[in-house]
Formats: sequence, structure tokens, C-alpha cells
Amino acid sequence: MSNSAALYAKRVRTNRLALFLSLVAMGVGMAFLAWILIVLLIKGFGALSISLFTMSTPAPGSDGGLYNAILGSAMMVGASTFIATPIGILAGIYLSEYGRSGWLAPATRFINDILLSAPSIVIGVFIYAMYVAQVQHFSGWAGSLALTLIAIPVVVRTTENMLNLVPGSLREAAAALGAPRWKIVISVVLRAAKAGVLTGILLAVARVSGETAPLLFTALNNQFTSYDMNAPMANLPVVIFQFAMSPYENWNSLAWGGAIIITFGVLCLNILVRIMFRKKI
Amino acid sequence: MQTNVTTKRDMTFSQLRGDSTQVDHSELRTKIQIRNLDFYYGSFQGLKKINLDIREGMVTAFIGPSGCGKSTLLRTLNRMYDLYPGQRATGEILLNGHNMLDQGQDVNALRAKVGMVFQKPTPFPMSIYENIAFGVRLYDSLSRADMDNRVEWALRKAALWDEVKDKLNQSGLSLSGGQQQRLCIARGVAVKPEVLLLDEPTSALDPISTAKVEELVHELKSEYTIAIVTHNMQQAARVSDYTAYMYLGELVEFGLTDEIFIKPKRKETEDYITGRFG
Repeated sequence: MSNSAALYAKRVRTNRLALFLSLVAMGVGMAFLAWILIVLLIKGFGALSISLFTMSTPAPGSDGGLYNAILGSAMMVGASTFIATPIGILAGIYLSEYGRSGWLAPATRFINDILLSAPSIVIGVFIYAMYVAQVQHFSGWAGSLALTLIAIPVVVRTTENMLNLVPGSLREAAAALGAPRWKIVISVVLRAAKAGVLTGILLAVARVSGETAPLLFTALNNQFTSYDMNAPMANLPVVIFQFAMSPYENWNSLAWGGAIIITFGVLCLNILVRIMFRKKI
Repeated sequence: MQTNVTTKRDMTFSQLRGDSTQVDHSELRTKIQIRNLDFYYGSFQGLKKINLDIREGMVTAFIGPSGCGKSTLLRTLNRMYDLYPGQRATGEILLNGHNMLDQGQDVNALRAKVGMVFQKPTPFPMSIYENIAFGVRLYDSLSRADMDNRVEWALRKAALWDEVKDKLNQSGLSLSGGQQQRLCIARGVAVKPEVLLLDEPTSALDPISTAKVEELVHELKSEYTIAIVTHNMQQAARVSDYTAYMYLGELVEFGLTDEIFIKPKRKETEDYITGRFG
């Protein structure tokens, strides 16, 4: 009896210890996140104004905004998402649904994992050598291409994982009705994994929106508003990088404003897409 | 005083089930003939030299302990094993006289003719209506009105219509377990197959839902040939006309359910049925 009481007391202590440690770990993580957000809000709030969204990046000391950078980022992130989503989803489908046997799927999976963890600056240099150096100028397309290469492995990975979570019994049930393989994948499996696949795409968008290094080599920057994807293009990360390092106060303030826009832009996109695709079925 | 009324004790299973007319079993057409069927999971042989006739318009039950091959046998009948590399069957399974194991057999067309309902309910992540329409659209292009009729017809067949008629646009996943399973049966019936395979269709259901599904099997057998795998011997006795007892991948005994349950020919069958097994 006393033995079991001692055992019970020990279990309670272990439980308390485990709970305490996990709470500390969570607290540390949340504290830094909150700290970042608070600093961002305090420093960047002053920079928020209408002109931030309507005027282009200014010369030091004069008035301006980030319109060209917001536009450039939106265009390049949009283009890369547009290209990366179908490629990533199709590759994920192949890995999960068709690549059960043979060497191609494991090889693809391995290469994809390497690409997933490749330093983004390497991707930037790669596009610089293969595209920018060939056409002899920086451009929005080059930037989009670099971002696409970063986004694809993220989408592939999450799509494959999410499709793998769909129970095999669902595939069998659809097959039992005489549905061909592609129909099973598109109408049943992909549908069942919709929320997860969508999360993967959003993850890629969030990741790509903040990438600076690959854009330095590819899209560079542009002081003026440009809609031409074939010309150097302004973008938020590079503008933040340049403005934050500059000695000019108005540029520093704009850099904080840009940081807020990226952070809350990604957050809003996340919320918006989740509302749009909220479980209707 | 001796009366001529048969007491419940003396009734055959067939009479207990309420089969209206006595069937002359020698007159029945054979729907599926299984000849020398061997089945392999990689190098493991799951089925050994199975020979079996499944009669048209009858319910055939496969019983036996876990791992005896009864589900494996059922899954060869619509070539479900084709989904998995390394699984293969040799021998012959003749459906309406054609060997479905032939290389040239269109597996999807076969499965449209031989429907299947699984152990766990597997509604698709779409509305109740779409769950039914999905299979129908694969092989028929119906007008909106015809499709509505087909959906209603299938749901009525599965005794589910009254419970869902006002919420056809809700998700199939919103139904209870028993309703989900009847939805899956409706989905299987909707494509109008010739044969319906039921793989332990009630093992995840409560007694009331089980009774509904069993009634349904009884209803459906006038139009479909049904093969059912079950762990529940009472269920086999209640719903089936023929019973096959399997053990370790072999068919031990096959015959009329009444005979198998009342006077089995083999000692092993009797031991299993009476619970003296092992």
C-alpha cells in the first residue's frame, strides 16, 4: 500500500516536472514572438500612413512610401505562387499516389528534401548564373523564378505528407466503384486533404515573401514604380535591407513600415484564405 | 397432444429468415465460378486452391477465424488487390462465364459490375447527394432530374432516404456511423452492380444499425448477388443462403447455410460453429 502511494507521488512529481518544462519551452517561444511583434508595432506604427501605400521609395530626406516595393513583391510572390502551386501539387501527388514502387519517387523525394533545406542565397546565385547573366540584366521574372524554386519543395513536401494522411480505405472505396486512378486522386483524395494542401501553399507564400538573398541577385531593386517584369523590380525585403542599413532617418522608418506590411500581409492572407476555403462540406 | 404447427425449434434458417418460397437450389444460375484460385501476398500464399460457385440472387457468407483468407477471397472478386504491387492471383474467377483474372480485363469496368462495401464506413468528403452521384457519373451521364431520381432510389434501397431527404447537401461525414455505412451501401447500389461484396459491413455498428443493414441485405438479394464476410456466426446464419467456412487459406466446407449450421460434414466446421475451436 505504502509502495503504491510512493509510486503515485512519484508519478505526480514527474507529471508536474514535464508540464513545467513544456510550459517554459512554450513561454520562451511565445515571448520572443510577442517581443518581435511588439517592437515591430512600436517602431513601425509611426511609419504607417496613406503615403506609405501610394508613393514610391523616396530619396533620402524627402517624402515617400513603399508603393513600388509592395507592388513588386506582390507581383513576384504572386507569379511564383502561380507557377509553384501546380508543379508542387502534381509532384506531391506523384510521390504519394503513383510512386509506390521503383527508384524515381525516392530519388525525387531525396532531391526535394535537399532543395528544401538549400540556403536561399545559393538559389539566388544559381538563377543569377543561369538567367540573369545570360540575358545581361536583372528582372522581375528572374526574381519570380528564384522564389519559385524556393516555394516548390515546400509545396511538394506538404502535399505529399497531407495526401499520405488520407486513409487508404477511402482510395479503396472509390476504386470499388470503378473510378480510374486519376479520378480517385482528384475527386476524393485531394479533396479530403484540401485544408492541408492549402496550408502548404500558404507556408510557401509566407516563406517566399520574406526572402531577401535570392532577390538581391535577381530582381535587384528599382527606385521607381515599374510594372515591367522584364526590368529590375522593387520588392519589400530588399528595400527593408537597404533602408534599414542606411543612415537616413526617413529610410529607417520606411524599413520598419515595410516589415510591418510583410508580417501583417502574410497574416491577413492566411486568415482570408482560411475563411474562403472554410469547410463547406 | 401433437399439433402440425412447426415450432420455432424445428424451423430451418431459411424459414426463420422468412424466405417466402422454397428455392430449388439446383435450378439456380451460377454468377461467379472460382476455379483453382491461389492468391499470394508477395511470397506468402493467402489462398490455396479455392473452388467455389456463387449463385445468382443468393447471399453467400464467408466465415472463419481471423487471417483465414475470407476477406482476401472477397477482395479477389473485384480485383481490389490490383491496387497493391506484389499481390497476385492465379487460377480462374469466371463472372458470367468470363475470366476476370485475364490480363485484358478492364478492372474499372469490372468494379462497376462488382460493388463493394467495407468494414469501416468510408463516406467521401462531399455532400450526401454527391457521395451517391460520384459513382453514377463515372459510367452514366444522367440529366439533373434523372440523377435526383437515382439518388433517391439508391437512398431508399439503403433505407436511409427518410433520415437524410432534408439534408442532401450536408456532408456525408456529418452522419452517424450506422447512417454512414448505409450511405456507403446506397453508393454501391446506385451504380447498379450485378454483385455486391460486403466485407464485415456491420462490425463497426451498433445492434440497431446492424439489424437495419441485415434487413437491407435481405431486401437487396432479390436483385443482386451478394457475398458477405462476417465474424459473427449468428449473422451468417441470419442473412445467408450459402456459407463457406475457411481456415488457413483453404476452403474447408461450403454448402447451404442450413446444412452447414445444422449438420456440418466436417469436424473442423462443427468445432468452429459451436465455439469449440482451438
